[in-house]
Amino acid sequence: MAQPALKSGQDAHPIALEVAGLTHRFGSLHALDDVSLSLNQGDFTVLLGLNGAGKTTLYSLVTRLYSHQSGSIHIFGHDLYRSPSAALARIGVVFQQPSLDLDLSVEQNLRYHASLHGLAPRKTRERIDSELQRCGLAEQAGAKLRTLSGGQRRRVEIARALLHQPSLLLLDEPTVGLDIGSRQAMLHHVRELCRSENLAVLWATHLIDEIGAGEKVVILHKGRVLAAGPVNQVVAQAGAEDIRQAFNTITGIAEPAENP
Amino acid sequence: MTAIHYIRCFHGIIWREGLRFIHQRERFLSALVRPLVWLAIFAAGFRSVVNIGITAPYVTYIEYQVYIVPGLCAMIQLFNGMQSSLSMVYDRETGSMRSLLVSPLPRWFLLVSKLVAGVVVSIIQVYAFLLIAWFWDVDPPWGGYVAILPALFLSGLALGALGMFLSSAIRQLENFAGVMNFVIFPMFFTSSALYPLWKISESSEVLYWVCLFNPFTHAVELIRFALYLDVNMLSLGVVATTGLLFLGLAIYGYDPGRGLIARRRNS
Repeated sequence: MAQPALKSGQDAHPIALEVAGLTHRFGSLHALDDVSLSLNQGDFTVLLGLNGAGKTTLYSLVTRLYSHQSGSIHIFGHDLYRSPSAALARIGVVFQQPSLDLDLSVEQNLRYHASLHGLAPRKTRERIDSELQRCGLAEQAGAKLRTLSGGQRRRVEIARALLHQPSLLLLDEPTVGLDIGSRQAMLHHVRELCRSENLAVLWATHLIDEIGAGEKVVILHKGRVLAAGPVNQVVAQAGAEDIRQAFNTITGIAEPAENP
Repeated sequence: MTAIHYIRCFHGIIWREGLRFIHQRERFLSALVRPLVWLAIFAAGFRSVVNIGITAPYVTYIEYQVYIVPGLCAMIQLFNGMQSSLSMVYDRETGSMRSLLVSPLPRWFLLVSKLVAGVVVSIIQVYAFLLIAWFWDVDPPWGGYVAILPALFLSGLALGALGMFLSSAIRQLENFAGVMNFVIFPMFFTSSALYPLWKISESSEVLYWVCLFNPFTHAVELIRFALYLDVNMLSLGVVATTGLLFLGLAIYGYDPGRGLIARRRNS
Protein backbone atom coordinates (compact mmCIF):
# COMPACT_ATOMS: atom_id res chain seq x y z
CA MET A 1 0.00 0.00 0.00
CA ALA A 2 1.14 3.54 -0.65
CA GLN A 3 3.21 5.53 1.79
CA PRO A 4 1.22 8.19 3.61
CA ALA A 5 3.47 11.08 2.86
CA LEU A 6 4.21 11.54 -0.78
CA LYS A 7 5.97 14.74 -1.65
CA SER A 8 3.56 16.85 -3.59
CA GLY A 9 4.36 16.96 -7.25
CA GLN A 10 5.56 13.37 -7.27
CA ASP A 11 2.23 11.84 -8.15
CA ALA A 12 2.33 10.28 -11.56
CA HIS A 13 -1.40 10.70 -12.16
CA PRO A 14 -2.09 14.22 -13.46
CA ILE A 15 -5.72 14.37 -12.33
CA ALA A 16 -5.75 15.12 -8.63
CA LEU A 17 -9.47 14.73 -8.10
CA GLU A 18 -12.00 13.24 -10.44
CA VAL A 19 -15.61 13.13 -9.40
CA ALA A 20 -18.03 11.56 -11.88
CA GLY A 21 -21.80 11.28 -11.74
CA LEU A 22 -21.96 11.72 -7.97
CA THR A 23 -25.45 11.54 -6.50
CA HIS A 24 -26.38 11.60 -2.85
CA ARG A 25 -29.69 11.86 -1.02
CA PHE A 26 -30.66 12.39 2.57
CA GLY A 27 -34.05 10.73 2.62
CA SER A 28 -36.11 12.56 0.04
CA LEU A 29 -33.67 15.48 -0.19
CA HIS A 30 -31.42 15.41 -3.24
CA ALA A 31 -28.21 16.81 -1.71
CA LEU A 32 -26.09 16.12 -4.80
CA ASP A 33 -27.38 15.27 -8.24
CA ASP A 34 -25.07 13.88 -10.91
CA VAL A 35 -22.10 16.00 -9.87
CA SER A 36 -18.94 15.75 -11.96
CA LEU A 37 -15.74 17.77 -11.69
CA SER A 38 -12.03 17.30 -12.09
CA LEU A 39 -8.96 19.05 -10.73
CA ASN A 40 -5.47 18.92 -12.15
CA GLN A 41 -2.28 19.32 -10.18
CA GLY A 42 -1.48 22.97 -9.60
CA ASP A 43 -5.12 24.03 -10.12
CA PHE A 44 -6.70 26.48 -7.72
CA THR A 45 -10.40 25.80 -8.17
CA VAL A 46 -13.16 27.66 -6.38
CA LEU A 47 -16.32 25.72 -5.61
CA LEU A 48 -18.91 28.47 -5.53
CA GLY A 49 -22.35 27.95 -4.09
CA LEU A 50 -24.82 29.45 -1.68
CA ASN A 51 -25.37 27.97 1.75
CA GLY A 52 -27.15 24.64 1.32
CA ALA A 53 -25.88 24.16 -2.25
CA GLY A 54 -24.29 20.81 -1.28
CA LYS A 55 -20.67 21.92 -0.79
CA THR A 56 -20.25 20.30 2.63
CA THR A 57 -21.97 17.13 1.43
CA LEU A 58 -19.53 16.99 -1.47
CA TYR A 59 -16.58 17.42 0.93
CA SER A 60 -17.97 14.75 3.24
CA LEU A 61 -18.14 12.31 0.34
CA VAL A 62 -14.72 13.19 -1.08
CA THR A 63 -13.17 12.73 2.39
CA ARG A 64 -15.10 9.46 2.88
CA LEU A 65 -16.95 10.59 5.95
CA TYR A 66 -19.71 8.59 4.37
CA SER A 67 -20.19 6.80 1.08
CA HIS A 68 -21.85 8.18 -2.00
CA GLN A 69 -24.86 6.38 -3.33
CA SER A 70 -23.87 6.47 -7.00
CA GLY A 71 -21.02 7.78 -9.13
CA SER A 72 -17.29 7.57 -8.51
CA ILE A 73 -14.48 9.50 -6.80
CA HIS A 74 -10.84 9.06 -7.80
CA ILE A 75 -7.89 10.73 -6.11
CA PHE A 76 -4.74 10.59 -8.23
CA GLY A 77 -6.25 7.57 -9.92
CA HIS A 78 -7.11 5.75 -6.69
CA ASP A 79 -10.74 4.82 -6.23
CA LEU A 80 -11.70 6.32 -2.86
CA TYR A 81 -13.80 3.31 -1.89
CA ARG A 82 -11.66 0.52 -3.26
CA SER A 83 -8.36 1.85 -1.94
CA PRO A 84 -9.30 4.47 0.68
CA SER A 85 -5.94 4.37 2.39
CA ALA A 86 -3.93 5.34 -0.70
CA ALA A 87 -6.51 7.98 -1.63
CA LEU A 88 -6.84 9.56 1.83
CA ALA A 89 -3.05 9.69 2.28
CA ARG A 90 -2.92 12.24 -0.56
CA ILE A 91 -5.64 14.52 0.78
CA GLY A 92 -5.24 17.38 3.20
CA VAL A 93 -8.49 18.83 4.51
CA VAL A 94 -9.42 22.05 6.22
CA PHE A 95 -12.93 21.62 7.57
CA GLN A 96 -15.48 24.33 7.99
CA GLN A 97 -15.64 23.54 11.72
CA PRO A 98 -12.46 24.00 13.76
CA SER A 99 -10.76 20.66 14.33
CA LEU A 100 -8.04 21.66 16.77
CA ASP A 101 -8.02 21.22 20.53
CA LEU A 102 -8.09 24.63 22.20
CA ASP A 103 -6.51 23.36 25.44
CA LEU A 104 -3.44 21.92 23.72
CA SER A 105 -0.51 23.84 22.29
CA VAL A 106 -0.06 24.41 18.57
CA GLU A 107 2.75 21.89 18.49
CA GLN A 108 0.79 19.26 20.46
CA ASN A 109 -2.14 19.60 18.09
CA LEU A 110 0.11 19.15 15.09
CA ARG A 111 1.92 16.17 16.62
CA TYR A 112 -1.39 14.44 17.17
CA HIS A 113 -2.43 14.93 13.58
CA ALA A 114 0.96 13.76 12.29
CA SER A 115 0.45 10.56 14.26
CA LEU A 116 -2.89 9.97 12.53
CA HIS A 117 -0.91 9.69 9.31
CA GLY A 118 1.73 7.48 10.91
CA LEU A 119 4.58 9.99 10.54
CA ALA A 120 7.84 9.11 12.31
CA PRO A 121 8.83 11.32 15.29
CA ARG A 122 11.81 12.92 13.55
CA LYS A 123 9.86 13.53 10.37
CA THR A 124 7.03 14.97 12.49
CA ARG A 125 9.38 17.48 14.11
CA GLU A 126 10.80 18.52 10.74
CA ARG A 127 7.37 18.90 9.17
CA ILE A 128 5.95 20.88 12.10
CA ASP A 129 8.94 23.25 12.07
CA SER A 130 8.69 23.67 8.34
CA GLU A 131 4.93 24.28 8.21
CA LEU A 132 4.96 26.66 11.18
CA GLN A 133 7.79 28.60 9.55
CA ARG A 134 5.82 28.77 6.35
CA CYS A 135 2.67 30.10 7.98
CA GLY A 136 4.63 32.50 10.19
CA LEU A 137 3.68 30.89 13.51
CA ALA A 138 7.00 29.32 14.53
CA GLU A 139 7.15 31.62 17.56
CA GLN A 140 3.75 30.38 18.76
CA ALA A 141 4.58 26.66 18.62
CA GLY A 142 4.31 26.30 22.39
CA ALA A 143 1.30 28.58 22.80
CA LYS A 144 -2.09 27.17 23.70
CA LEU A 145 -4.41 27.34 20.74
CA ARG A 146 -6.94 29.22 22.85
CA THR A 147 -4.57 32.20 22.99
CA LEU A 148 -4.37 32.54 19.18
CA SER A 149 -6.56 34.79 17.04
CA GLY A 150 -9.14 33.37 14.62
CA GLY A 151 -6.88 33.98 11.63
CA GLN A 152 -3.91 32.34 13.33
CA ARG A 153 -6.02 29.29 14.22
CA ARG A 154 -7.07 28.88 10.61
CA ARG A 155 -3.41 29.06 9.57
CA VAL A 156 -2.66 26.28 12.05
CA GLU A 157 -5.53 24.29 10.48
CA ILE A 158 -3.85 24.67 7.09
CA ALA A 159 -0.47 23.68 8.56
CA ARG A 160 -2.20 20.62 10.04
CA ALA A 161 -3.71 19.70 6.69
CA LEU A 162 -0.29 19.96 5.00
CA LEU A 163 1.75 18.01 7.59
CA HIS A 164 1.71 14.75 5.68
CA GLN A 165 2.52 16.56 2.42
CA PRO A 166 -0.68 15.89 0.53
CA SER A 167 -1.02 16.69 -3.16
CA LEU A 168 -4.67 17.68 -2.97
CA LEU A 169 -5.87 20.29 -0.49
CA LEU A 170 -9.60 20.57 0.20
CA LEU A 171 -10.87 23.63 2.06
CA ASP A 172 -14.51 23.91 3.07
CA GLU A 173 -15.39 27.58 3.59
CA PRO A 174 -12.12 28.17 5.43
CA THR A 175 -12.64 31.91 5.78
CA VAL A 176 -15.91 31.71 7.71
CA GLY A 177 -15.75 33.99 10.72
CA LEU A 178 -12.57 35.78 9.65
CA ASP A 179 -12.23 39.50 9.16
CA ILE A 180 -11.39 40.93 5.72
CA GLY A 181 -7.65 41.21 6.41
CA SER A 182 -7.33 37.63 7.67
CA ARG A 183 -9.44 36.39 4.79
CA GLN A 184 -7.21 38.02 2.19
CA ALA A 185 -4.06 36.84 3.97
CA MET A 186 -5.38 33.29 4.01
CA LEU A 187 -6.31 33.33 0.33
CA HIS A 188 -2.88 34.66 -0.53
CA HIS A 189 -1.25 31.98 1.62
CA VAL A 190 -3.13 29.12 -0.07
CA ARG A 191 -2.58 30.52 -3.58
CA GLU A 192 1.13 30.67 -2.82
CA LEU A 193 1.04 27.05 -1.65
CA CYS A 194 -0.74 26.05 -4.80
CA ARG A 195 1.99 27.68 -6.90
CA SER A 196 5.06 26.69 -4.91
CA GLU A 197 4.03 23.10 -4.10
CA ASN A 198 2.08 22.39 -7.29
CA LEU A 199 -0.88 21.54 -5.05
CA ALA A 200 -4.34 20.97 -6.40
CA VAL A 201 -6.68 23.11 -4.29
CA LEU A 202 -10.47 22.96 -4.06
CA TRP A 203 -11.68 26.04 -2.18
CA ALA A 204 -15.37 26.06 -1.29
CA THR A 205 -16.99 29.40 -0.65
CA HIS A 206 -20.16 31.41 -1.02
CA LEU A 207 -18.17 34.63 -1.40
CA ILE A 208 -17.72 35.70 -5.00
CA ASP A 209 -14.82 38.02 -4.26
CA GLU A 210 -12.69 35.03 -3.29
CA ILE A 211 -12.41 34.06 -6.95
CA GLY A 212 -9.23 35.32 -8.58
CA ALA A 213 -8.80 36.22 -12.23
CA GLY A 214 -7.68 33.30 -14.37
CA GLU A 215 -8.73 30.72 -11.79
CA LYS A 216 -11.15 27.90 -12.31
CA VAL A 217 -14.61 27.95 -10.85
CA VAL A 218 -17.30 25.33 -10.33
CA ILE A 219 -20.79 26.66 -9.66
CA LEU A 220 -22.80 24.31 -7.47
CA HIS A 221 -26.47 25.13 -6.99
CA LYS A 222 -29.11 22.98 -5.31
CA GLY A 223 -26.86 19.95 -5.59
CA ARG A 224 -26.07 20.31 -9.28
CA VAL A 225 -23.04 21.62 -11.13
CA LEU A 226 -24.38 24.37 -13.37
CA ALA A 227 -21.09 25.64 -14.80
CA ALA A 228 -17.41 24.75 -14.58
CA GLY A 229 -14.22 26.05 -16.16
CA PRO A 230 -11.91 29.07 -16.18
CA VAL A 231 -13.65 32.18 -14.83
CA ASN A 232 -13.56 34.10 -18.12
CA GLN A 233 -15.03 31.13 -19.97
CA VAL A 234 -17.89 30.77 -17.47
CA VAL A 235 -18.57 34.52 -17.68
CA ALA A 236 -18.54 34.44 -21.49
CA GLN A 237 -20.83 31.43 -21.69
CA ALA A 238 -23.34 33.14 -19.43
CA GLY A 239 -23.16 36.28 -21.57
CA ALA A 240 -22.36 38.26 -18.44
CA GLU A 241 -19.98 41.07 -17.63
CA ASP A 242 -18.42 39.55 -14.57
CA ILE A 243 -18.56 36.42 -12.45
CA ARG A 244 -21.11 37.93 -10.07
CA GLN A 245 -23.53 38.58 -12.89
CA ALA A 246 -22.73 35.19 -14.40
CA PHE A 247 -23.49 33.48 -11.09
CA ASN A 248 -26.84 35.25 -10.81
CA THR A 249 -27.74 34.45 -14.41
CA ILE A 250 -26.72 30.81 -14.20
CA THR A 251 -28.44 30.14 -10.89
CA GLY A 252 -31.44 32.24 -11.81
CA ILE A 253 -31.44 34.21 -8.60
CA ALA A 254 -32.37 37.88 -8.64
CA GLU A 255 -30.33 39.12 -5.72
CA PRO A 256 -26.54 39.11 -5.74
CA ALA A 257 -24.68 36.39 -3.85
CA GLU A 258 -23.64 37.32 -0.34
CA ASN A 259 -20.60 39.51 -0.43
CA PRO A 260 -19.43 41.51 2.57
CA MET B 1 0.45 1.11 5.69
CA THR B 2 2.79 -0.96 7.81
CA ALA B 3 2.67 -1.99 11.46
CA ILE B 4 4.79 1.01 12.45
CA HIS B 5 2.17 3.40 11.05
CA TYR B 6 -0.49 1.69 13.16
CA ILE B 7 1.70 1.88 16.28
CA ARG B 8 2.44 5.58 15.77
CA CYS B 9 -1.23 6.34 15.22
CA PHE B 10 -2.30 4.33 18.29
CA HIS B 11 0.35 6.04 20.39
CA GLY B 12 -0.77 9.46 19.13
CA ILE B 13 -4.42 8.85 20.02
CA ILE B 14 -3.57 7.59 23.54
CA TRP B 15 -1.14 10.49 24.05
CA ARG B 16 -3.76 13.06 23.06
CA GLU B 17 -6.36 11.51 25.38
CA GLY B 18 -3.77 11.61 28.18
CA LEU B 19 -3.08 15.29 27.52
CA ARG B 20 -6.79 16.09 27.49
CA PHE B 21 -7.16 14.22 30.77
CA ILE B 22 -4.39 16.26 32.36
CA HIS B 23 -5.92 19.49 31.11
CA GLN B 24 -9.45 18.66 32.19
CA ARG B 25 -8.85 18.56 35.93
CA GLU B 26 -12.52 19.19 36.66
CA ARG B 27 -13.41 16.01 34.80
CA PHE B 28 -10.98 14.02 36.92
CA LEU B 29 -12.22 15.65 40.09
CA SER B 30 -15.88 14.99 39.33
CA ALA B 31 -15.02 11.41 38.35
CA LEU B 32 -13.62 11.01 41.88
CA VAL B 33 -16.17 13.03 43.81
CA ARG B 34 -19.16 11.14 42.39
CA PRO B 35 -18.23 7.68 43.77
CA LEU B 36 -16.81 9.21 46.95
CA VAL B 37 -20.18 10.76 47.72
CA TRP B 38 -21.73 7.31 47.44
CA LEU B 39 -19.01 5.80 49.56
CA ALA B 40 -18.84 8.43 52.26
CA ILE B 41 -22.49 9.45 52.54
CA PHE B 42 -24.75 6.83 51.01
CA ALA B 43 -22.81 3.86 52.40
CA ALA B 44 -22.52 5.46 55.83
CA GLY B 45 -26.28 5.83 56.04
CA PHE B 46 -27.11 2.41 54.67
CA ARG B 47 -24.50 0.51 56.64
CA SER B 48 -26.82 -0.03 59.57
CA VAL B 49 -29.92 -0.65 57.43
CA VAL B 50 -28.68 -3.14 54.85
CA ASN B 51 -27.57 -6.59 55.83
CA ILE B 52 -25.96 -8.21 52.85
CA GLY B 53 -24.94 -11.41 54.60
CA ILE B 54 -22.09 -13.48 53.22
CA THR B 55 -22.11 -13.16 49.46
CA ALA B 56 -19.53 -14.60 47.06
CA PRO B 57 -16.68 -13.75 46.57
CA TYR B 58 -16.62 -12.52 50.18
CA VAL B 59 -15.93 -15.28 52.69
CA THR B 60 -17.04 -13.39 55.76
CA TYR B 61 -19.43 -10.67 56.78
CA ILE B 62 -18.40 -7.38 55.23
CA GLU B 63 -19.35 -3.81 55.85
CA TYR B 64 -21.61 -2.14 53.32
CA GLN B 65 -18.98 0.27 52.02
CA VAL B 66 -16.79 -2.72 51.13
CA TYR B 67 -19.67 -4.18 49.15
CA ILE B 68 -20.40 -1.12 47.03
CA VAL B 69 -16.80 -0.28 46.04
CA PRO B 70 -16.69 -2.59 42.96
CA GLY B 71 -20.00 -1.15 41.80
CA LEU B 72 -18.60 2.35 42.18
CA CYS B 73 -15.51 1.35 40.18
CA ALA B 74 -17.82 0.21 37.39
CA MET B 75 -19.82 3.42 37.76
CA ILE B 76 -16.63 5.43 37.17
CA GLN B 77 -16.10 3.45 33.97
CA LEU B 78 -19.73 3.82 32.90
CA PHE B 79 -19.56 7.59 33.32
CA ASN B 80 -16.19 7.70 31.61
CA GLY B 81 -17.49 5.66 28.68
CA MET B 82 -20.44 8.00 28.34
CA GLN B 83 -18.28 11.10 28.68
CA SER B 84 -15.88 9.83 26.03
CA SER B 85 -18.81 9.34 23.72
CA LEU B 86 -20.15 12.73 24.73
CA SER B 87 -16.83 14.15 23.56
CA MET B 88 -17.19 12.16 20.35
CA VAL B 89 -20.59 13.67 19.72
CA TYR B 90 -19.07 17.06 20.43
CA ASP B 91 -16.03 16.22 18.32
CA ARG B 92 -18.25 15.22 15.45
CA GLU B 93 -19.95 18.56 15.57
CA THR B 94 -16.62 20.32 15.57
CA GLY B 95 -14.14 19.09 12.98
CA SER B 96 -11.90 16.92 15.13
CA MET B 97 -13.86 13.71 14.66
CA ARG B 98 -13.77 14.37 10.93
CA SER B 99 -10.04 14.93 10.96
CA LEU B 100 -9.64 11.63 12.85
CA LEU B 101 -11.77 9.80 10.31
CA VAL B 102 -9.86 11.13 7.28
CA SER B 103 -6.72 9.39 8.51
CA PRO B 104 -5.62 6.82 5.93
CA LEU B 105 -5.67 4.11 8.60
CA PRO B 106 -8.76 1.88 8.72
CA ARG B 107 -11.71 3.34 10.54
CA TRP B 108 -12.19 0.35 12.86
CA PHE B 109 -8.59 0.81 14.02
CA LEU B 110 -9.13 4.51 14.73
CA LEU B 111 -12.28 3.79 16.73
CA VAL B 112 -10.69 0.97 18.72
CA SER B 113 -7.68 3.19 19.49
CA LYS B 114 -9.96 5.95 20.70
CA LEU B 115 -11.87 3.44 22.80
CA VAL B 116 -8.69 2.05 24.40
CA ALA B 117 -7.53 5.61 25.14
CA GLY B 118 -10.76 6.21 27.06
CA VAL B 119 -10.35 2.93 28.95
CA VAL B 120 -6.82 3.85 30.03
CA VAL B 121 -8.14 7.13 31.46
CA SER B 122 -10.97 5.31 33.28
CA ILE B 123 -8.50 2.85 34.84
CA ILE B 124 -6.42 5.71 36.23
CA GLN B 125 -9.59 7.16 37.75
CA VAL B 126 -10.55 3.82 39.32
CA TYR B 127 -7.13 3.37 40.92
CA ALA B 128 -7.25 6.89 42.33
CA PHE B 129 -10.68 6.06 43.81
CA LEU B 130 -9.45 2.76 45.26
CA LEU B 131 -6.57 4.57 46.89
CA ILE B 132 -8.96 6.93 48.65
CA ALA B 133 -11.35 4.07 49.47
CA TRP B 134 -8.49 2.34 51.29
CA PHE B 135 -8.74 5.06 53.93
CA TRP B 136 -12.43 4.09 54.38
CA ASP B 137 -11.34 0.63 55.46
CA VAL B 138 -11.90 -0.88 52.05
CA ASP B 139 -8.77 -2.96 51.92
CA PRO B 140 -8.96 -5.92 49.57
CA PRO B 141 -5.95 -8.25 49.27
CA TRP B 142 -2.96 -6.55 47.66
CA GLY B 143 -3.04 -9.02 44.79
CA GLY B 144 -6.58 -7.87 44.06
CA TYR B 145 -5.29 -4.48 42.95
CA VAL B 146 -3.32 -6.23 40.21
CA ALA B 147 -6.01 -8.77 39.39
CA ILE B 148 -8.65 -6.12 38.66
CA LEU B 149 -6.50 -4.56 35.94
CA PRO B 150 -7.61 -6.99 33.19
CA ALA B 151 -11.15 -6.94 34.57
CA LEU B 152 -11.21 -3.12 34.43
CA PHE B 153 -9.80 -3.19 30.94
CA LEU B 154 -12.52 -5.53 29.74
CA SER B 155 -15.39 -3.79 31.54
CA GLY B 156 -14.05 -0.40 30.39
CA LEU B 157 -13.99 -1.61 26.80
CA ALA B 158 -17.55 -2.93 27.02
CA LEU B 159 -18.94 0.24 28.62
CA GLY B 160 -16.88 2.48 26.34
CA ALA B 161 -18.09 0.55 23.28
CA LEU B 162 -21.67 1.06 24.46
CA GLY B 163 -21.03 4.79 24.67
CA MET B 164 -19.34 4.81 21.27
CA PHE B 165 -22.28 3.02 19.71
CA LEU B 166 -24.66 5.53 21.26
CA SER B 167 -22.51 8.40 19.97
CA SER B 168 -22.84 7.06 16.43
CA ALA B 169 -26.60 6.88 16.85
CA ILE B 170 -27.27 10.22 18.52
CA ARG B 171 -28.03 13.04 16.19
CA GLN B 172 -27.27 16.03 18.31
CA LEU B 173 -25.46 16.95 21.45
CA GLU B 174 -28.63 17.97 23.29
CA ASN B 175 -30.03 14.47 23.05
CA PHE B 176 -27.17 13.16 25.07
CA ALA B 177 -28.57 14.49 28.33
CA GLY B 178 -31.47 12.14 27.75
CA VAL B 179 -29.10 9.26 27.23
CA MET B 180 -27.44 10.02 30.56
CA ASN B 181 -30.82 9.71 32.23
CA PHE B 182 -32.07 6.78 30.20
CA VAL B 183 -28.83 4.80 30.09
CA ILE B 184 -26.57 5.58 33.04
CA PHE B 185 -29.11 5.68 35.87
CA PRO B 186 -31.21 2.69 34.82
CA MET B 187 -28.08 0.62 34.22
CA PHE B 188 -26.64 1.53 37.59
CA PHE B 189 -29.79 1.03 39.65
CA THR B 190 -30.86 -2.23 38.00
CA SER B 191 -27.58 -3.92 38.81
CA SER B 192 -25.78 -5.57 41.69
CA ALA B 193 -23.81 -2.38 42.36
CA LEU B 194 -25.76 -1.41 45.48
CA TYR B 195 -27.32 -4.72 46.62
CA PRO B 196 -26.60 -8.37 45.94
CA LEU B 197 -28.93 -10.01 43.45
CA TRP B 198 -30.37 -12.43 46.01
CA LYS B 199 -31.42 -9.47 48.11
CA ILE B 200 -33.19 -7.93 45.10
CA SER B 201 -35.00 -11.21 44.38
CA GLU B 202 -36.46 -11.12 47.90
CA SER B 203 -38.35 -7.98 47.07
CA SER B 204 -39.04 -8.35 43.34
CA GLU B 205 -38.56 -11.35 41.12
CA VAL B 206 -39.00 -9.23 37.98
CA LEU B 207 -36.37 -6.75 39.07
CA TYR B 208 -34.06 -9.65 39.82
CA TRP B 209 -34.31 -10.88 36.24
CA VAL B 210 -33.84 -7.38 34.86
CA CYS B 211 -30.68 -7.04 36.96
CA LEU B 212 -29.44 -10.45 35.88
CA PHE B 213 -29.75 -9.54 32.21
CA ASN B 214 -28.16 -6.13 32.71
CA PRO B 215 -24.57 -6.26 31.37
CA PHE B 216 -23.59 -3.64 33.94
CA THR B 217 -24.32 -6.19 36.71
CA HIS B 218 -21.73 -8.44 35.13
CA ALA B 219 -19.19 -5.65 34.79
CA VAL B 220 -19.63 -5.03 38.53
CA GLU B 221 -19.34 -8.72 39.43
CA LEU B 222 -16.30 -9.19 37.17
CA ILE B 223 -14.54 -6.37 39.03
CA ARG B 224 -15.79 -7.57 42.45
CA PHE B 225 -14.52 -11.11 41.96
CA ALA B 226 -11.20 -9.95 40.50
CA LEU B 227 -10.65 -7.61 43.45
CA TYR B 228 -10.89 -10.65 45.73
CA LEU B 229 -8.71 -12.81 43.48
CA ASP B 230 -11.53 -14.83 41.98
CA VAL B 231 -13.07 -15.13 38.52
CA ASN B 232 -16.78 -15.01 37.83
CA MET B 233 -16.94 -16.96 34.57
CA LEU B 234 -20.53 -15.99 33.77
CA SER B 235 -19.74 -12.30 34.15
CA LEU B 236 -16.53 -12.66 32.16
CA GLY B 237 -18.49 -14.24 29.30
CA VAL B 238 -21.29 -11.67 29.40
CA VAL B 239 -18.93 -8.67 29.54
CA ALA B 240 -16.76 -10.00 26.71
CA THR B 241 -19.77 -10.80 24.53
CA THR B 242 -21.61 -7.53 25.07
CA GLY B 243 -18.34 -5.63 24.61
CA LEU B 244 -17.81 -7.24 21.22
CA LEU B 245 -21.43 -6.68 20.29
CA PHE B 246 -21.36 -2.96 21.13
CA LEU B 247 -18.00 -2.52 19.43
CA GLY B 248 -19.37 -4.18 16.29
CA LEU B 249 -22.39 -1.88 16.39
CA ALA B 250 -20.17 1.19 16.92
CA ILE B 251 -17.98 0.27 13.95
CA TYR B 252 -21.13 -0.30 11.93
CA GLY B 253 -22.48 3.05 13.12
CA TYR B 254 -19.36 4.87 11.92
CA ASP B 255 -19.02 2.88 8.70
CA PRO B 256 -19.11 5.34 5.82
CA GLY B 257 -21.18 3.08 3.61
CA ARG B 258 -23.74 1.41 5.78
CA GLY B 259 -23.75 3.10 9.14
CA LEU B 260 -25.95 5.57 10.87
CA ILE B 261 -23.52 8.37 10.07
CA ALA B 262 -24.43 8.02 6.38
CA ARG B 263 -28.10 8.61 7.01
CA ARG B 264 -27.61 12.01 8.53
CA ARG B 265 -27.26 15.33 6.92
CA ASN B 266 -24.10 16.96 8.20
CA SER B 267 -24.07 20.15 6.22
